[in-house]
Amino acid sequence: MSNRCHVATRKGLFTLERGVAGWSISRANFLGDNCTLVMHDPRSGDLLATLNHGHFGIKVHRSRDGGASWTEVATPKYPEKPADYVPKVPVEGKPADWSLKLIWALVPGGPDEPGVIWCGTLPGGLFKSTDGGDSWELNRPLWDDPRREEWFGGGADHPGIHSICVDPRDSKHVSIGISCGGVWSTRDGGLRWQLGGRGMRAEFMPPERQYEPNIQDAHQLVQCRANPDALWVQHHNGIFKSTDAAGSWSEIENVKPSAFGFAVAVHPHDPNTAWFVPAVKDEKRIAADGRVVVNRTRDGGQSFDTLSRGLPQDHAYDLVFRHSLDIDENGDRLAFGSTTGSLWISENSGDSWQTLSSNLPPVYAVRFEKPA
Amino acid sequence: MPTVRFTQNIQRHVVCPTREVAGATIRDVLDSYFRLHEQARGYVLDDQSKLRHHMAIFIDGMQIQDRDELRDPVPPGAVVDLIQALSGG
Repeated sequence: MSNRCHVATRKGLFTLERGVAGWSISRANFLGDNCTLVMHDPRSGDLLATLNHGHFGIKVHRSRDGGASWTEVATPKYPEKPADYVPKVPVEGKPADWSLKLIWALVPGGPDEPGVIWCGTLPGGLFKSTDGGDSWELNRPLWDDPRREEWFGGGADHPGIHSICVDPRDSKHVSIGISCGGVWSTRDGGLRWQLGGRGMRAEFMPPERQYEPNIQDAHQLVQCRANPDALWVQHHNGIFKSTDAAGSWSEIENVKPSAFGFAVAVHPHDPNTAWFVPAVKDEKRIAADGRVVVNRTRDGGQSFDTLSRGLPQDHAYDLVFRHSLDIDENGDRLAFGSTTGSLWISENSGDSWQTLSSNLPPVYAVRFEKPA
Repeated sequence: MPTVRFTQNIQRHVVCPTREVAGATIRDVLDSYFRLHEQARGYVLDDQSKLRHHMAIFIDGMQIQDRDELRDPVPPGAVVDLIQALSGG
């Protein structure tokens, strides 16, 4: 099981390690800088961290010694926008910028394609590196699909790809989640893309458009390693699951205290077991009743255990962003961090939790190191 | 030749020494500078080679007008300052 975990925050990147005395923060990198995402590559051991310097733009750094030293590598760059470019489907009256706003997903390719890294961004471009991050190329088939131009921002000014799932059986089968653009998949490594998402419901749209797959606000998409046809989505207005590789989805209803949230984790060996961190829905975005809880289903969403042992239950208003919950390769250890700088870890599948910090900067991403 | 100076705030990310470079427009001046310090380009210009939203450029103390095409003229001997705009927080 994993003994290292990386935590990206508004003011730096922190490494957690489990020693004989338990978990502790062993290292801090990029202190003071806005570290928005971190990725561990199980094939090479590389770490990639993304920084948003605000004035100076988005940057990517890589460590090849476990986080002891870092080097800036290439940043995904959108191609030059043709001077005569006219959007085919202008949404909200203006075309998308062809300029990087945020790196929102970094995921290693399959074990048979060392060096491949997929990168999702705002304003909606999917990039791929084949050299471990030394260079990036925009996936043109997806970017040039006129349906991509229908995507729109959910909570942000631009649409973004936040989830990328590489099928462990077939590295060319990749599924992505977009806010707001639903769920898309490719079976040929990105040459052709299919829009999935049948059955998803967007409460925030006019009634006649609520079931359109391309306007769904998937907050996060995750895939079961042992059964990759099984996927879960924490959506803007609910929880959905698919058992046919993201083609169709069924809504999980009557979830207490809330079906709203951002983060979801699925058990690597059991597609029916998944965890969520519920919050009061969109107009408030705080923990329900001032209690931080984790919802766990073990029967595919028919029922949920609301887990609270070790979590604050009195005037706690922590919100957990979409990349801030992770599970290790065995399904025993989970960790999550909050916008108010709390960090919790469980070693018994969520039955109980230990507070590792209540004083971190706002947490944007939590990632265990996992074997290939 | 114009002299280009960078804000101290950028120096901890990428070294940008003050130096004289050739150019009659701000675009020409920046291109000359970035040819010598390529890594700095992405810290100042965005994907479409426009000035980043929260960066500012002054020519002899006057802020440039053309943030997209960077066609503002630069007199010989001018001092060009690149700083971060306060609007960026």
